[in-house]
Amino acid sequence: MSEQTERVRKIRQLIAAHKRWDLFFSMLGLMALMVGVLTFTALFAQMVVDGLPRLSPDFFTSFPSRKPEQAGILSAWVGSILVMIVTAATAVPLGVGAGIYLEEYAPKNWVTDLIEINVTNLAGIPSIVYGLLALGLFVYQFGLGQSIATAGLTLGLLILPVVILATREAIRSIPAAIREGAYALGATKWQTTSHHILPYSLPGIMTGAIIGMARAIGETAPVITIGALTFIAFLPPPPVKAEAPFVSLEWLMSPFTVMPIQMFNWTSRPEAAFHHNAAAAGLVLVVMTLSMNAIAIYIRYRLRKRIKW
Amino acid sequence: MPDTFVSDRLARRKLRHVHERFIESALFLAASVSVLTTVGIVVILLKESFVFFQHVSIWNFLTDTQWTPLFSDAHYGILPLLSGTLVSSAVALTVAIPLGTIIAIYLSEFAPFSVREVAKPFLELLGGVPTIVYGYFALLFVTPLIQKIYPELPGFNILSAGLVMGVMIIPYVSSVSEDAMHAVPMSLREGSYAMGATRFQTAIRVVTPAAFSGITAAYILGISRAVGETMILAVAAGMQPNLTWNPLEPAATITAYIVQVALGDLPHGSIGYQTIFAAGLTLALLTLLFNLLGHVLRKRFRQAY
Amino acid sequence: MVAVPVPRAGAPDAADKPDPTKKSEARGLNFYYGSFQALKNISMPIYEKHVTALIGPSGCGKSTFLRCFNRMHDLYPGNRYEGEIMLFPDNTNLLNPAVDPIEVRMRISMVFQKPNPFPKSIYENVAYGLRVRGATKRALIDEKVEEALRNAALWDEVKMRLHDLAFNLSGGQQQRLCIARALATDPEILLFDEPTSALDPIATASIEQLIADLKARVTILIVTHNMQQAARVSDYTAYMYLGELIEFDVTDTIFIKPKNKQTEDYITGRFG
Repeated sequence: MSEQTERVRKIRQLIAAHKRWDLFFSMLGLMALMVGVLTFTALFAQMVVDGLPRLSPDFFTSFPSRKPEQAGILSAWVGSILVMIVTAATAVPLGVGAGIYLEEYAPKNWVTDLIEINVTNLAGIPSIVYGLLALGLFVYQFGLGQSIATAGLTLGLLILPVVILATREAIRSIPAAIREGAYALGATKWQTTSHHILPYSLPGIMTGAIIGMARAIGETAPVITIGALTFIAFLPPPPVKAEAPFVSLEWLMSPFTVMPIQMFNWTSRPEAAFHHNAAAAGLVLVVMTLSMNAIAIYIRYRLRKRIKW
Repeated sequence: MPDTFVSDRLARRKLRHVHERFIESALFLAASVSVLTTVGIVVILLKESFVFFQHVSIWNFLTDTQWTPLFSDAHYGILPLLSGTLVSSAVALTVAIPLGTIIAIYLSEFAPFSVREVAKPFLELLGGVPTIVYGYFALLFVTPLIQKIYPELPGFNILSAGLVMGVMIIPYVSSVSEDAMHAVPMSLREGSYAMGATRFQTAIRVVTPAAFSGITAAYILGISRAVGETMILAVAAGMQPNLTWNPLEPAATITAYIVQVALGDLPHGSIGYQTIFAAGLTLALLTLLFNLLGHVLRKRFRQAY
Repeated sequence: MVAVPVPRAGAPDAADKPDPTKKSEARGLNFYYGSFQALKNISMPIYEKHVTALIGPSGCGKSTFLRCFNRMHDLYPGNRYEGEIMLFPDNTNLLNPAVDPIEVRMRISMVFQKPNPFPKSIYENVAYGLRVRGATKRALIDEKVEEALRNAALWDEVKMRLHDLAFNLSGGQQQRLCIARALATDPEILLFDEPTSALDPIATASIEQLIADLKARVTILIVTHNMQQAARVSDYTAYMYLGELIEFDVTDTIFIKPKNKQTEDYITGRFG
């Protein structure tokens, strides 16, 4: 009996000592998280303090200028949007197509293995290397020049792995019974895919595409590498014309700048007034990327709640 | 008449077959774009570097301690850029690996459900902030802050760029590590708890070793990010090649050099133009090296359940 | 089909003993997964140095009951206990919220349905419990590991490769390793949750033999879906159905002349 009590007493001592480690680590974990929270808060506050006073309507409708108080981001945000259109037009069809192929069509052979390994490895390649690829291939080999088309294609290739992975994951979450049900009714592979697989995996694909686009819109290095200009005081030709055939693709070949490059340009100037412009541009950029990410996270959250196969 | 109906369908089979084949080919082409991208990267880097190495010997490239390709007295030693890259990566990883790992263990094994629900999307957002914004923050917030404590710190320095880069990399390390820990079967945890282990003991002695392979993958991803990061360094660490191992000094990295050249107006085909491909090749090989290392480590310690 | 109890050669029959000591006792135990009540007012004793088997159709709550003894349910949110599980001789209520579940688990070990060795060496698996308890003396750990492996009838098979990864063992060996791991810390009660359901018949036979040998040194509570197994290894048997304890008695009584009609139907295989 007393031996028993002694044993229990020892165990309790031991537990008390060990539990201190549990507590210590919980604190450590919270502190580590706080490093992230504090950094983000400081970063955001810094930009709000420096940049918010510059965020007038004029800022959005003015071209860059040598006088910091007259400079704006008109050419930058227009450029960003046009580049994103090309990026989306490249990455979404290619990425979704590749994802469907790998999940639904690909035979088990070395070619498929090669593609799979490739997609994984591409995700780890530094973005600036894509810039070098585009410089050598699109700019000079294909003669696309330092244009919106080049930038859009480059960023499209950059986010391709993100879209492919999201598509595959979305497709994989659809139970085999759905597929079998369609086949049992005599549907072909493509009918099954286009009538069932694609619509059901759409929210997942959209999440991936939005996250990819959010990454692309903030990418600076590859766009600088292809030689985007940092000072652009004009807009690309409009996509709509007054005379037939009313649409024009001239803008694709136009020189351009994008938001992050404009911000980079202002950040690297010595004058503090330009830094305020950089902060304002950064604020716009952060709000844009964060809201895209937030939308994606929300869609995924809704998706998890709604669908119970 | 059911008979005609059936034969009609059968007659259309051939057309249907062609249609299906066409779509399959189109999808295959989409999938092969990723392979073509890799091939393109390898070919472009090798082709332009090949021309470069006809002017500059590989020996010179690897041993010369100066990198001044744009000066009249041109030197083509990659070492200064390499040292900048390695020192800044080391600073970043000193921040990202411990903090990322702690956060992963905390979120996977300790945190209450509510904390996890908030922290995970937040970390995702932290990873979604454009790097140029982090660069701005390093140059105009972190550097002045450190200068208050250590006034001799130059305006451009590796330290603040590296620190900020470290925070940027935390989400990559933590989310991949946490996924790996999440994949550790509950039966192992139960086995440990049933032995009277605490959370901390279970996390450190059972879950972390069991997730080792995935945690390695997270570290390799973090290293790749650090080595390939461009804008934070180009903005906050300066663009002056400097053979140093001291993070308090300014130094250009391989990536910052590429940006610097691209911002100028070098004619296509000049030696200056080719230097960025040689630099890019070095960067790609460095990334490849770390990935191979990770692959070997994972193979060695792979656990199967 | 009528199950005939296999006589346990040499083992003293529990029924012959006039008054076995209680090691533990459940008193009015209710258990809830959220709002679902999985255990209903269970009261039964666990006798020291005997084997008690829990049988019943799947979903009857036998595993849930077993996992109350080492507070395994505390790991998941939303679970709730009512009532008491007393541990003797010190009269501790294991379910008392003031009692740390870790304390309970340090006194009561468990072997799981599927072998779950840690991704460590054979040696480190057995030493785990000791290390968790802060043991650092190499000689002491060596001694305990060897003793536990001998008691788990595994020593001769693994003594030459103690530092091999535990995953390299066969399923039956892994389960005996898990038993050794549980034994190394001298538990007062050893819980078995269907320990042979993932094993082949030969490995099953060796684990059953081991359980019969182990009851000389430790109190054993075992959940099994296999009635013959309960008949072979246990001294006492409890039949559970839909979260209730239907009948508890000496094993031979349960299998030969159960008092309850439901128990009889289950034992004789008339139960669906």
